[in-house]
Amino acid sequence: MHKELEEYKGKLPDKLLEEIEEKCPAGKLKKVVAKVYEEYEQARVDPGEAVGLVAAESIGEPGTQMTLNTFHFAGVAEMNVTMGLPRIIEILDGRKEISTPMMEIYLKKPYNQGDGIKDVAEAIRQTPAGEFVEEFSINVVDMQIDVRLNKERMKTAGLTTAIVTKQLEKGLRDANVKVKDDDIILKLKSKDVKGLNELYALREKAKGVYVKGIKGITQVLPVKRKGEFIIITAGSNLEKVLELDFVDTERTTTNDINEILNVLGVEAARTSILNEIDKVTEAQGLNIDHRHIMLVADTMCASGCVKGITRYGVVSEKSSVLARASFETPIKHIVDAALVGEVDYLNSVVENVMLNQYVPIGTGLPGLVTRQIKKKE
Amino acid sequence: MHTEVFLNGKFVGFTDDAPHYAQQVRAERRKGAISNSVNVHHDKDSNQVLIEAGRGRARRPLIVVKDGMPMLTDKHVKQLQKNEITWTDLVEQGVIEYLDAAEEEDCLVAFDEAEVTHEHTHLEISPVAMVGLVTALVPYANHMASSRIIIGSKNQKQSVGFYAANFNVRMDMDVNLMHTPQKPIVNTIMHDIAHYEKHPAGQNIVVAIMSFRGYTIEDAVVINEGSIQRGFGRSTYFRPAQAEELRYSGGLMDEVSVPDKEVKGYKSEKDYRLLEGDGIVYPEAKVHEDDVIIGKTSPPRFLSSLEEYSLASNIRRESSVALRHGEEGVVDFVLLTENEEGNKLVQVRLRETRMPEIGDKFTSRHGQKGVVGIIVPEADMPFTANGIKPDLIFSAHGIPSRMTISHLVELVGGKVGALSGRYVDGTIFASEKEDDLRKELASLGFHENGTERVYNGETGEMMQSKIFIGNMYYLRLKHMVANKIHSRARGPIQLLTRQPTEGRAKEGGLRLGEMEKDTFVAHGASMLLKERFDSDKTVVPVCEECGIIAIHDPYKNKRYCPTCGDHSEVNDIEIAYAFKLMLDEFKAMGIYPKLVLRSKY
Repeated sequence: MHKELEEYKGKLPDKLLEEIEEKCPAGKLKKVVAKVYEEYEQARVDPGEAVGLVAAESIGEPGTQMTLNTFHFAGVAEMNVTMGLPRIIEILDGRKEISTPMMEIYLKKPYNQGDGIKDVAEAIRQTPAGEFVEEFSINVVDMQIDVRLNKERMKTAGLTTAIVTKQLEKGLRDANVKVKDDDIILKLKSKDVKGLNELYALREKAKGVYVKGIKGITQVLPVKRKGEFIIITAGSNLEKVLELDFVDTERTTTNDINEILNVLGVEAARTSILNEIDKVTEAQGLNIDHRHIMLVADTMCASGCVKGITRYGVVSEKSSVLARASFETPIKHIVDAALVGEVDYLNSVVENVMLNQYVPIGTGLPGLVTRQIKKKE
Repeated sequence: MHTEVFLNGKFVGFTDDAPHYAQQVRAERRKGAISNSVNVHHDKDSNQVLIEAGRGRARRPLIVVKDGMPMLTDKHVKQLQKNEITWTDLVEQGVIEYLDAAEEEDCLVAFDEAEVTHEHTHLEISPVAMVGLVTALVPYANHMASSRIIIGSKNQKQSVGFYAANFNVRMDMDVNLMHTPQKPIVNTIMHDIAHYEKHPAGQNIVVAIMSFRGYTIEDAVVINEGSIQRGFGRSTYFRPAQAEELRYSGGLMDEVSVPDKEVKGYKSEKDYRLLEGDGIVYPEAKVHEDDVIIGKTSPPRFLSSLEEYSLASNIRRESSVALRHGEEGVVDFVLLTENEEGNKLVQVRLRETRMPEIGDKFTSRHGQKGVVGIIVPEADMPFTANGIKPDLIFSAHGIPSRMTISHLVELVGGKVGALSGRYVDGTIFASEKEDDLRKELASLGFHENGTERVYNGETGEMMQSKIFIGNMYYLRLKHMVANKIHSRARGPIQLLTRQPTEGRAKEGGLRLGEMEKDTFVAHGASMLLKERFDSDKTVVPVCEECGIIAIHDPYKNKRYCPTCGDHSEVNDIEIAYAFKLMLDEFKAMGIYPKLVLRSKY
């Protein structure tokens, strides 16, 4: 490292120093580094700055301008993604079940060139039995359902009668599944079948039994992006998808933060929160400083799992009783605090506003420490 | 193919030829065999015929077209003119029929007679029929965006006008009456139909579209002081006050009279000075805030059985009606009557002349509202080469984003009308052509585009660009600053929270809410924040031992704790009264909120 940069070690982040060294001509190094240091110091947050509140305002204000638009994929029916305010709320609440889970599956080399991409995609998709059946006919005489399979479709999907039978057996607990010739015969297990209605119900259930694909992935859409083919899916199952050998595990993602947390850990979940919020703000044409979102994501992930900005999540971890009570369900918090004899040290903002005391932020933060000299008598 | 038939949403059967079936029902309706309030719709998507005869469907009349010819003929029109037949006859004959939203889907409606072909099933009676009464009052409405038409018609409902001819004997609450309303120069057919000249609501004035020293910012308008002196926008505001002699149990009742000095809550002699012997103000008295207009006393509120006959019961309670904070006016009319229960009822109507002032709201009929930004002396107003001074200056920035071209067309129309001494028809889709107006304006010796050479009123300099100036119908809206202006430094507080009262009527404070508070915190303005929230600050003694609010006895100037006695140490702290209240509520919940005090230093 250059001598001029040496003295700034520890004062400026290493990454920044490396960048200066790489991009700056040696002659101007000293001036540039001094200027960078000046700017860096200016950009630093002062002690007593209300960073959390400023972050809240900086996300909240543009949030009022967001529309309730959902983003539609051109040409594909029924494939839309929650965007805008509802999505932001969903992310910040740390929901376990998101309204439109979605994956972007990147593929390894020969597969991402587009040849046979449809087959690859179809292999992932969870497909119900109904799609491989020519006809479900209800046999009233024997009180059974004759399932005639569509051999052609099964062949293209790489299915055999045995697989379908096995899946149907798994999916239909209350029916006996038998193979007769090329057909599958479904019969209710219980002896006293009251009427046709039960058979109808069985037929409807059989249609929906999944025989193939990865659980949760309801739709697939191969898309060409930046010179390669990727698969976008509706529904998400990161764990199972990463197990597939043709999937590029490094780039494949989902928008389900909780799934990322379970499969890849908190740090990945934190990054995912950042990416997901950025995705929304970008689509809406809003400009929110990345650092505000980072602060929120850090707060959510600080405990090692993803906690939402709700009364059950981050807020419940506040140390002050009054601060918790001022957010939501005050009586619950006050009563609980009374039961264990909690003490509120009035160390934060809301409590002091309630008492009309100086708020420990900005001008209210510094105190004067002085030593009293005792008069000698 | 079978088509399901539904009557009022209930399945009634099948038909094999749905279009023919629907047509048959219509034919029967036109013949009068079935009620004319029945509508049929063949929904091709869901393969259903829906027949509706129920209530709650919005329906509109149209002329029936048969084989490319409208059923309404010249013969009908002549008969109508001679009053030989009525509208109802035409409906019964099947010449005109009402369609609901569903049946309209099956029909092809021609806009005007020239357009009718064999494929058309109906003909619009008049394009005006597409809009409602108030909307039809907007001139040249086909030259503006639909959203602006709605705003324009809503504005007209708020205008100050001649609302009722018998206003002088009415006791309406909170009404305005324009002194010299006029009939609009640019009118529509609806102005004739609705006899707008009998209850007009605006005035024809000269409008210049230009800026004026920045006082036209954010839609504000500039008004000529001379125009106001000549009566532009002048109106009267009426507000009645009333008092009732209520009867109470025990034969006691209120009494309208000048209160005695012994009465509990007696104001001051000055406040009662306007009352006559009967306890009511005299008409034409000039009244100001706190002046009593109806003197009234009530019996004491709570009577124990013992007190009822004692001397104490003679002490009555003051319950006069006085003018509230900031109110003033002239007593216009005094009415003595009885209400439904037979109680004596006194009503006093106050009157106040309202001249346009800064902040009052004005609008044209095109959703182009604005408040007065400045009132300019007539001498300083810009003037044209002919010496015409505008009554009002409207900012050009209001036009591009709102796209109210009708506003501009009316201005030209108004100019033509005023110059040639006639009314201009601006009916939606049936108005006089803009081109014709331009030609006529040119023939009157003006620029056909309505612009004129204008000189600066203050310096006399000629303005570089020509100014678009002409006549428009302007409305004064009922939102006036005099009813809304409000400020407070000190004032009344609420009993419970000791915080300032809310609302103008109670001379309340302006709330610095939660989000506003956040901005102080974001700036780190901790000291300022505390000062802003000091409105309910109190000093309370707190017992150091039990941490509960103690008692201060001002007579002995002693502080002591009600639970620990006088031996414990008691110190004063400064907190928000609302917090003291919260502590009290905790105690009521059975929760012990203990305050631990620590020296600030």
